[in-house]
Amino acid sequence: MNGKTLYTVIIFSENTVGLLNQITIIFTRRQLNIETLSVSPSAIKGIHKFTITTFADKDTIDKVVKQIDKRVDILKAYYNTDEDLVYQEIALYKVSTELFMKMNGVEELIRKYNTRVLEMNESCIVLEKSGHYEETQELFDELSHSIGVLQFIRSGRIAITKSKVERLSDMLSAMEKRLDIKPEER
Amino acid sequence: MDKQKITGSDALLKTLIAEGVETIFGYPGGQIMPFYDRLYDYQKEIKHVLVRHEQGATHAAQGYARVSGKVGVCVVTSGPGATNTITGIADAMMDSTPIVVISGQVPAPMLGTDAFQEIDVIGITQPITKWAYQIRKPEEIVWAVSRAFYIASTGRPGPVMLDFAKNAQIGLVDYTYQKVTTVRSYQPFPTIEPGHIAAAAELINSAKRPFALVGQGVILSGAEKELFAFLEKGDIPAGSTALGLSAMPSDYRLNKGLLGMHGNIGPNRKTNECDVLIAIGMRFDDRVTGNLQTYAKQAKIIHFDIDLSEIGKNVPVDIPVAGDAKETLAAVTERLIAADHSAWINSFAAHEEEEMEKVIQKEAYPEEGALRMGEVVGKVSVAVDHDAVLVTDVGQNQMMGIRYFNYRRTRSVVTSGGLGTMGFGLPAAIGAKFGAPARTVCLFTGDGGLQMTLQELGTIMQEKIDLKMVVLNNAFLGMVRQWQELFFHERYSSTVMENPDFAAIAGAYGIKSRTVDKREELDDAIAEMLHHDGAYLLVVNVETHGMVYPMVPAGGTITDMIMDEK
Repeated sequence: MNGKTLYTVIIFSENTVGLLNQITIIFTRRQLNIETLSVSPSAIKGIHKFTITTFADKDTIDKVVKQIDKRVDILKAYYNTDEDLVYQEIALYKVSTELFMKMNGVEELIRKYNTRVLEMNESCIVLEKSGHYEETQELFDELSHSIGVLQFIRSGRIAITKSKVERLSDMLSAMEKRLDIKPEER
Repeated sequence: MDKQKITGSDALLKTLIAEGVETIFGYPGGQIMPFYDRLYDYQKEIKHVLVRHEQGATHAAQGYARVSGKVGVCVVTSGPGATNTITGIADAMMDSTPIVVISGQVPAPMLGTDAFQEIDVIGITQPITKWAYQIRKPEEIVWAVSRAFYIASTGRPGPVMLDFAKNAQIGLVDYTYQKVTTVRSYQPFPTIEPGHIAAAAELINSAKRPFALVGQGVILSGAEKELFAFLEKGDIPAGSTALGLSAMPSDYRLNKGLLGMHGNIGPNRKTNECDVLIAIGMRFDDRVTGNLQTYAKQAKIIHFDIDLSEIGKNVPVDIPVAGDAKETLAAVTERLIAADHSAWINSFAAHEEEEMEKVIQKEAYPEEGALRMGEVVGKVSVAVDHDAVLVTDVGQNQMMGIRYFNYRRTRSVVTSGGLGTMGFGLPAAIGAKFGAPARTVCLFTGDGGLQMTLQELGTIMQEKIDLKMVVLNNAFLGMVRQWQELFFHERYSSTVMENPDFAAIAGAYGIKSRTVDKREELDDAIAEMLHHDGAYLLVVNVETHGMVYPMVPAGGTITDMIMDEK
């Protein structure tokens, strides 16, 4: 991606309607493509967590994250590169039962990729694998070449930072402190 | 205790009153009719100004907010009523103007069905508002409206959109007003870093040639006194952005004038000579900086701003000073050592003389030839003793307005800066007069911009608004014509205007008017306008090929200014 780095943007927000739109329009203005996106409730009730990956240069991602952080309904936004994160994706693979049964080395394959079988019926088998993009892709490539993949889906990245505390808890306690002192008394 | 339930429309009106709203600008229509019906019983508490187009309502709310410091409010109907507000909302977003726009919406059960006059207002306005919210239930009204005022007016101000479903206007609700004073996810005033305050003071104390850039942030923060104390103690000359004008009086010794594309020579050249550049509540817009690659490269830069996303956005900053300028300026001033930079300050004089000779003399004090725009603005400013509110449209009239009008008090300039909205002037002037009824409000507009929102003359007629309107008529879209002359080989593509008789139009609205072509008549006509009790439209037919100088071409180096060579 011509000198661009893959950044993981982590956003904590209120759970309100239309928030995703508020975030994506900021990416759009800077012509940034969202590579992966994952949204789910966070550890704190009522607060949602967005994990977004995008290729960008440092200057651009810095400005984009500041713009996101500034939105009224966003509690906190920050960005990291892969070195700072533990991250994971999950992938599901649907293959033909008939071909899978005939395939040599099923046990080897399942062990090698640490794969699980989620569903098995007369027509198809669903395998699951979690890992980094390259790992889920490797299994996809191997299955494609041997027996073919009927359906494939990969989730967006989820990530946590390697540092000890989740920054949000620090921020929330600071915020609650602040709420006692009315900020607009002037 | 038994409480009487009231309608959502009553709850909205009561909340508006509780938030201190006295004036709203609006236009009724199908999906906002329940509100307008209830408004009929609140005429003593709330003045409703019926505009002629919803865009006018937003600009009027902006003008009101800019001069009064209060939140401007407009109310419109759904669909086209709401879409007509988009330009004003975008303008308010760019220029940090606190307004709350309330649009009617189809009843909640009909949302998403392409009902008559339904439009996705939230989707459309999210990129151009600080906050956009759809009220679907009457129970949400007090919370949403109070929150809207809190968000619009705090931190870096801006527009808020409230989309008000019809069922919520009609439905009954228990009303208890509760002011919103905090929003968990919103920190309007960033924490002030003592380290940055100390570092900024230290750098300024070490400066030999400090120069300050004053933006609208000073006015929005109410930090004019703190700015004065800061500049005085540090003995720091200052330039002003277009929106920062009137934060300092025009005749203040340290006020060195306007920055940017059509700014004064001194402050532009000194930007590239100073050793410490101190930006206060401004955002290094390209119209101020010109080419960033050659902008203030020699200087250490300190940036005071309340909006963290502005710091370092366009110009790399050595010392960021995040926070409300009122507090941060005071804190830095406390640590300043009283300085004397008189040699540096006096060095501006040569540039002022050069500009007087090469530009101002010809523009403001011509002795022959057609009337000039700068001349007209300057004479009006003198006639009002430099103490009126200046409202401009966009283009040459705007640049001439802000170059040649003078100020004594803060909040005396209303102009469309960031968005550059033609048609802004007339409705904004209406709002400004409601926001500062005791002050003289002078509008300078062009023949092009006036015709974009000309219908608001009807509002002026109906409300009997005492506005002094000056049309600088050059029968061209003058600023575009200027660019065509300078950069497009004098190919005047679609800029010639065949204009109506503006005086006759004013006459049709019952507005007194006069048209002036000759220099001998100008003083008398200005005096007549100012002494007339009520609205007055002065049409001045000026030099058709008038140019605004000096000029830094777009993307050019800020010191490379084109002068009037003729």
